Amino acid sequence: MTMTRRDALALAMGGVAATMLPLPALADASADAIAKFTGGAAAGEGGLTLTAPEIAENGNTVPISVDAPGATEIAVYATGNPTPEVATFKFGPLAGSQMASIRIRLSKTQDVVAIAKMADGSFVQAKSTVKVTIGGCGG
Amino acid sequence: MISRREFLQASLAASTILGASGLSRWSRAMAQQSLTQDQLLAFEPLGNVTLIHITDIHAQAMPIYFREPEINLGVGEAKGRPPHLTGKAFLDEFNIKPNSPDAYALTYDNYVDLAKSYGKMGGMDRVATIVKAIKAERPNAILLDGGDTWHGSMTALKTNGQDMVDIMNKLGVDAMTSHWEWTYGEERVKEIVDTLPFPFLGANIFDAEWDEPAFEAYKIFEQNGTRIAVIGQAFPYLPIANPKWMFPDYSFGIREERMQEVVDEVRGMGVDLVVCLSHNGFDVDHKMASRVKGIDVILTGHTHDAVPEPVLVGETIMIASGSNGKFVSRVDLDVRDGKMMGFRHKLIPVFSDVIEADKEMSDLIASSREPYKAELEEVLAETNSLLYRRGNFNGTWDDLICEAMLEERDAEIAMSPGVRWGTTLLPGDKITMEDLLTCTSMTYGENYRMEMTGETIKTILEDVADNIFNTDPYYQQGGDMVRVGGMGYHIDVNAPIGQRISNMTLLKDGSDIDMGRNYVVTGWASVNEGTEGPQIWDVVADHLRKIKTVDLKPNDSVVVTGA
Repeated sequence: MTMTRRDALALAMGGVAATMLPLPALADASADAIAKFTGGAAAGEGGLTLTAPEIAENGNTVPISVDAPGATEIAVYATGNPTPEVATFKFGPLAGSQMASIRIRLSKTQDVVAIAKMADGSFVQAKSTVKVTIGGCGG
Repeated sequence: MISRREFLQASLAASTILGASGLSRWSRAMAQQSLTQDQLLAFEPLGNVTLIHITDIHAQAMPIYFREPEINLGVGEAKGRPPHLTGKAFLDEFNIKPNSPDAYALTYDNYVDLAKSYGKMGGMDRVATIVKAIKAERPNAILLDGGDTWHGSMTALKTNGQDMVDIMNKLGVDAMTSHWEWTYGEERVKEIVDTLPFPFLGANIFDAEWDEPAFEAYKIFEQNGTRIAVIGQAFPYLPIANPKWMFPDYSFGIREERMQEVVDEVRGMGVDLVVCLSHNGFDVDHKMASRVKGIDVILTGHTHDAVPEPVLVGETIMIASGSNGKFVSRVDLDVRDGKMMGFRHKLIPVFSDVIEADKEMSDLIASSREPYKAELEEVLAETNSLLYRRGNFNGTWDDLICEAMLEERDAEIAMSPGVRWGTTLLPGDKITMEDLLTCTSMTYGENYRMEMTGETIKTILEDVADNIFNTDPYYQQGGDMVRVGGMGYHIDVNAPIGQRISNMTLLKDGSDIDMGRNYVVTGWASVNEGTEGPQIWDVVADHLRKIKTVDLKPNDSVVVTGA
């Protein structure tokens, strides 16, 4: 996907609230956090696009974006981080689109998971492995 | 009604036959000791579009020896599939006779004897002759440079890439993409790009801060009434494989969705043919071709594979044109009504003693070398060993470089980057400073010396191994395994990250590497800013001047399983 600067600024100022949800790290923190968001409901596939690099250029600031037309909320989890909850984007009825971009910190190679809550209350999920590597030795 | 796919397959078969007949002609020619330029360039024109592809020249303006890999393992779906074939398996796959000119150009077997028979390959003045000959026949042919052009020689380093820029401008390049170009730093890249008479394409080069496209993604050419979009794809992992601090304002990545978007954009403009000029590497391009719809031709680079026939992925053909100026690909296409109806391809081997040098280009190259002549020609030592680098594990050049670092820097373990550039010398050759620089020149060549724990060393080996042997090509960076001196190890290429490396042994006393102990490690090409130490070529040159003669023992310190 492409987001222009204008889109990003419009999104930041529009009807979208990004909420950080810091919680203490748990043994299976990401599964617990996801269950909390979905209320234990199973998440389907499709209708949600998660865009993330395959290998992070800088693990401290990894650009990712989510896009789920018709969603009311999209939650993002870094499953390998001590605190897996990254952000929850809530889209009001006046939101022109249901997409968002964010930069996240990844402590190590892990799966980034996005879950969208759709208008009918169902959930869809998308997952992407982002590798955090020490680099060097290019051909 | 023949489907497009069937038509492509029929064309591929025809291309194979053409290749085979070409080969048999060469064999006869060699029997008569009369390999000629006309035979090397022989090509029955097809259709209305001609593409000329050259890539990964690594600033080798002069003819060189370059031994193709003995070990080039593919993993996952790529196992045993071109280009992951070497030696006899490669010859069998493409019906090439052992000891033929093609066998010499494309494989490693019997390399020294064949190199003596057939001579050096490449040289940009020979390449110029080939390009001129093709353009004489097809005046509007599009010449595309896949990148890794400005880096890799002493003269390129001394001139910050300017010698190669001048050479490629004279050659008449129509568009290029990039990788090592960026190791001159983003300011130098922008300075050169401003002067180029052609676009520096990269659909996947983004502004790091604003996350939006920063360079031209494509250029549309017209050839005989046919509109051709050439989309550039720079090396995706530049900020990871090379020092990010040298180009902090740019972000790269495969960005598959971006490639699809650009393909859709140019298709929407009604172009007849979509060509991707890529520096992804072969396996990454193979996967991308299977997922991005609408690309007719991928001209692939980065992994230095020379593949004598197009590889078909769905309706996309992939052309891999080797490295170091050894080959020029000519691709003729029959494009009608916005569809590629057929193609003919030849990977033209640049036999330096057969292809005539273009005088103007020879003069330009000579003038760019003139100021540095004495330095280039300084003889450091003589080698009794075949010196080469290319292959998944240690090459003999790497063994020599590691030996030099261990001795000159008084270290226990040496590490040398698994890059695929670096040319070859034959037993009996003198080693000049220029030869050494073809294997070491770079803008971050500082030879560091530091302490690392056994655990850190293992982490580095595991990390690099996963960059090569991850079964998902999108996670591969395209180099070879980091070369190690003073230490042996076992590697299971099929294991997951963290479990590939075992039996790490300090060679000087045979002891197991202790994960908790510190070892004195020396290496070069660190991607970290502020790395300190002498330049690697000075360290190796000092060593060579002392030993005078290179006699390397066989190196069996790396044991590979799972291949």
